[in-house]
Amino acid sequence: MADVVLMKEIEETAGRLGIDLSQVDFDAIRLPPGEDFGIISDDEEVLQEESLEFDSGFGNIIVVDNLPVVPPEKFEKLEGVVRKIFGQIGVIKDDGLWMPVDRTTQKTLGYCFIEYGTPQEAELAKEKTDGYKLDRAHIFTVNMFEDFDRFMKVPDEWAPPEVNPYTPGENLQQWLTDEKARDQFVIRAGSDTEVFWNDARHLKPEPVYKRTFWTESFVQWSSLGTYLATIHRQGAAVWGGAGTFNRLMRFAHQQVKLIDFSPGEKYLVTYSSHEPSNPRDANRIVINIFDVRTGKGMRDFKGSPDDFAIGGTGGVAGVSWPVFRWGGGKDDKYFARIGKNVISVYETETFSLIDKKSLKVENVMDFCWSPTDPIIALFVPELGGGNQPARVSLVQIPSKEELRQKNLFSVSDCKMYWQSNGDYLAVKVDRYTKTKKSTYTGFELFRIKERDIPIEVLELENKNDKIIAFAWEPKGHRFAVIHGDNPRPDVSFYSMRSTNNSGRVSKLATLKGKQANALFWSPAGRFIILAGLKGFNGQFEFYNVDELETMATAEHFMATDIEWDPTGRYVATAVTSVHEMENGFNIWSFNGKLLYRILKDHFFQFAWRPRPPSFLSPEKEEEIAKNLKKYSKKYEAEDQDVSMLLSEQERERRRMLKDEWDKWVNEWKRLHEEEKLLRQKLRDGEASDEEEEYEAKEVEVEEILDVSEEVLSFDFGQ
Amino acid sequence: MRPILMKGHERPLTFLKYNRDGDLLFSCAKDHNPTVWYADNGERLGTYRGHNGAVWCCDVSRDSMRLITGSADQTAKLWNVQTGQQLFSFNFDSPARAVDFSVGDKLAVITTDPFMELPSAIHVKRIARDPSEQTGESVLLLKGPQGRINRAVWGPLNKTIISAGEDAVVRIWDSETGKLLKESDKEIGHKKTVTSLTKSSDGSHFITGSLDKSAKLWDTRTLTLIKTYVTERPVNAVTMSPLLDHVVLGGGQDASAVTTTDHRAGKFEAKFYDKILQEEIGGVKGHFGPINALAFNPDGKSFSSGGEDGYVRLHHFDPDYFNIKI
Repeated sequence: MADVVLMKEIEETAGRLGIDLSQVDFDAIRLPPGEDFGIISDDEEVLQEESLEFDSGFGNIIVVDNLPVVPPEKFEKLEGVVRKIFGQIGVIKDDGLWMPVDRTTQKTLGYCFIEYGTPQEAELAKEKTDGYKLDRAHIFTVNMFEDFDRFMKVPDEWAPPEVNPYTPGENLQQWLTDEKARDQFVIRAGSDTEVFWNDARHLKPEPVYKRTFWTESFVQWSSLGTYLATIHRQGAAVWGGAGTFNRLMRFAHQQVKLIDFSPGEKYLVTYSSHEPSNPRDANRIVINIFDVRTGKGMRDFKGSPDDFAIGGTGGVAGVSWPVFRWGGGKDDKYFARIGKNVISVYETETFSLIDKKSLKVENVMDFCWSPTDPIIALFVPELGGGNQPARVSLVQIPSKEELRQKNLFSVSDCKMYWQSNGDYLAVKVDRYTKTKKSTYTGFELFRIKERDIPIEVLELENKNDKIIAFAWEPKGHRFAVIHGDNPRPDVSFYSMRSTNNSGRVSKLATLKGKQANALFWSPAGRFIILAGLKGFNGQFEFYNVDELETMATAEHFMATDIEWDPTGRYVATAVTSVHEMENGFNIWSFNGKLLYRILKDHFFQFAWRPRPPSFLSPEKEEEIAKNLKKYSKKYEAEDQDVSMLLSEQERERRRMLKDEWDKWVNEWKRLHEEEKLLRQKLRDGEASDEEEEYEAKEVEVEEILDVSEEVLSFDFGQ
Repeated sequence: MRPILMKGHERPLTFLKYNRDGDLLFSCAKDHNPTVWYADNGERLGTYRGHNGAVWCCDVSRDSMRLITGSADQTAKLWNVQTGQQLFSFNFDSPARAVDFSVGDKLAVITTDPFMELPSAIHVKRIARDPSEQTGESVLLLKGPQGRINRAVWGPLNKTIISAGEDAVVRIWDSETGKLLKESDKEIGHKKTVTSLTKSSDGSHFITGSLDKSAKLWDTRTLTLIKTYVTERPVNAVTMSPLLDHVVLGGGQDASAVTTTDHRAGKFEAKFYDKILQEEIGGVKGHFGPINALAFNPDGKSFSSGGEDGYVRLHHFDPDYFNIKI
């Protein structure tokens, strides 16, 4: 937010600088376009807030209409009823209930005003009691007092809306047309947020855009990278554009905390949680869904945290983000959330529940969408002490038809992992041992795209191994597991395709004793980083799963985050400000070569700009991969040119630095010589023999060189 | 390069100084006893006993006869290098910090810390040829900078005094009149406390190290900033090779904030930088605490480092070192 500058201060400053304020034409002052001198909020925002503050005097008053019209003797009774209904929602101020009376008939007029302690309470009361049925004849109409003015101003006659001429927007995808096919990333450090090109050829990032106090908490790319979202007290904003970052849309949502883009980035979900005015009440949660392009609010959800808590039995406290999970692939057709014994699936055409009702599933614990198809996988735990088995089922949307179900026994927990193409689903099942004292883990693997969805059970060779991490190869048919109880666990790779096409899962390899606790597949598959974060202090192993060989091992001390760029060419590792020291990031090539390293104090965030999926068909991609040599020739030549240029520039830079330094040294030598006599005098005539010493040293150094030369000539002689 | 470990101090090291011939190494530490060592093999020659507080700094005369030390016991003392005998004690009302002999060894500059109500000060004392004629009178007294003055040294021909300290500003004073001549620019200068300052062998330029994780090279006469060396840790000590274009930065995470999980976290390395290109060349590990003091042998073939761990490590360079190309 901008600092509020008082007029008095301005006048004082003007007085100090000798400026006569009356002579200044304020309207003539224009800031250069795109420059705001670090003042974040623009006029509109300031105006908005000012008007809010000004209005706050009436923001807590509601008007209740359609009350019964009663004579004076029943006045008190009615007041009591109204007080009871509206007092439940919030604290009505003393003298905060006013029911006007007709002077002539002495009867009430059928409406009243209620003043609450806070605007939030008033808003809540409006929501809850609008449409409240007192009896058949009296259905309340509740409005905010502030809105009345607005409603009164509605003209009686309809006027056709003005049609704005179409102005073509900027090409929001321009970053994808970069000549050098580079990727962008955003970082936040201190109060600065910066976007860079990853110019790996030049071994440095190239700045694109920088802004101080761009966001108040974090920034987030939209799912396909078109927008960058910033978070402010008044709401979220999205930025984008051809060459730079302009604000494209604002989404008003007071005190927004979290945001989420739908996978096709058509919609933005914003979340906030508000402290209640009464400390005994639960927080109030507000979730809005906006259309990203038009900025229109599509639907809002309000309620207590319990309404949004995940975990069917209500045992899990708190809200887990994202509350709404998007399904149906990139079309953003459906979104769903879990509630007590239900999964509510909404569709985006009408923003209402499919078939007007939720999917009833007793005690459902967890669910997740297939990344590509409208299929929900859900997990129900064991009930009745094992009488009713736990189950995992696949449900087709919108038909709500169960495609496949699997019952599981003595289950303690389940986790579901979809492969990125929606081809496979892996369910990690923790089962109790017979004694119920410990658990062991197995996998149930679903082949979604095959007929009848066959399920296969996979158990590790050592059943007692703990599973530390699991990850599918993106777009591939392989997965990796870190398992083991030792401080140095093992990493195994499996393939869903076996060599003899038997349609069984087969193990590719096991790597013993790795310092790893997290897996990061390249988005293009084939390569994986076995990372040892946290306890392992940032050890990485770059592994090629095709060849089953380690390409490189590396270390980024204390690294906290790893992220592949969307093309799988580069990897960023970062130390964020959870650690006090070492803050900054490293950029590596896919095969583990450190390209460059940037240190930044108070480093908060690193995020690659996502790319939309490729338009190439899988066949075309395969063809390119096959003929890579043909295509790469051109790029290799370019690479070479750049590296030549770089070394040329580097040589030039060094030469200049050297020249500059020599100039200093010569100057110093001259001055030193000039002062020689004076110095001798200060030393009572003792000769200043430093220069001689210098020479003696140099001779000694040369001696060493001579020795090595002699050996060479001796060899030659033989 | 196998270092010689010199264990003689019981508390963290504070300062190291070679004599002009490069055969003696003087070390100061928080344990009250400045010590002299053979700079060649690290054998201890003796200690100078008499201080009753941490010793912060020392300087040795050109003829290696006199040693001056500044201590937290509110004195600066003159010693006979050979016998270890105390010749004179300058008494102050606050701890003495930096000491430096002038060209010709007839003057010494001594800084005192801010203490109780007293501000920090720079004192210039006349050093008598005959110790019996020595007096404690100040020739000049400079006051002004806020906070501790961590280093004060003489400029060319004793015409100026260069000081730096907690307020992160490097200042040049006229040593005759006491007038402030030059001040480093706040924008380009250090951002945090300057912890150390070392002159080049001919006094034409000097390097300062600061807790802002950088070291800077300045021209002594004009106070022009020439180079900046950036590192990842607060810098406690800096020195320059008299032979090659190398500078060495020592430091590490503050002793009170050292993690116990991993010694690497502290980065207690002496880091070598190319003086001209400002690029890191290499590092010498070994200390298990921050490095507080660094000194180059005047012949440029060895250097020593003193750490918070109480060790002095004496490093003689391998022949390879002299052929480093970057």
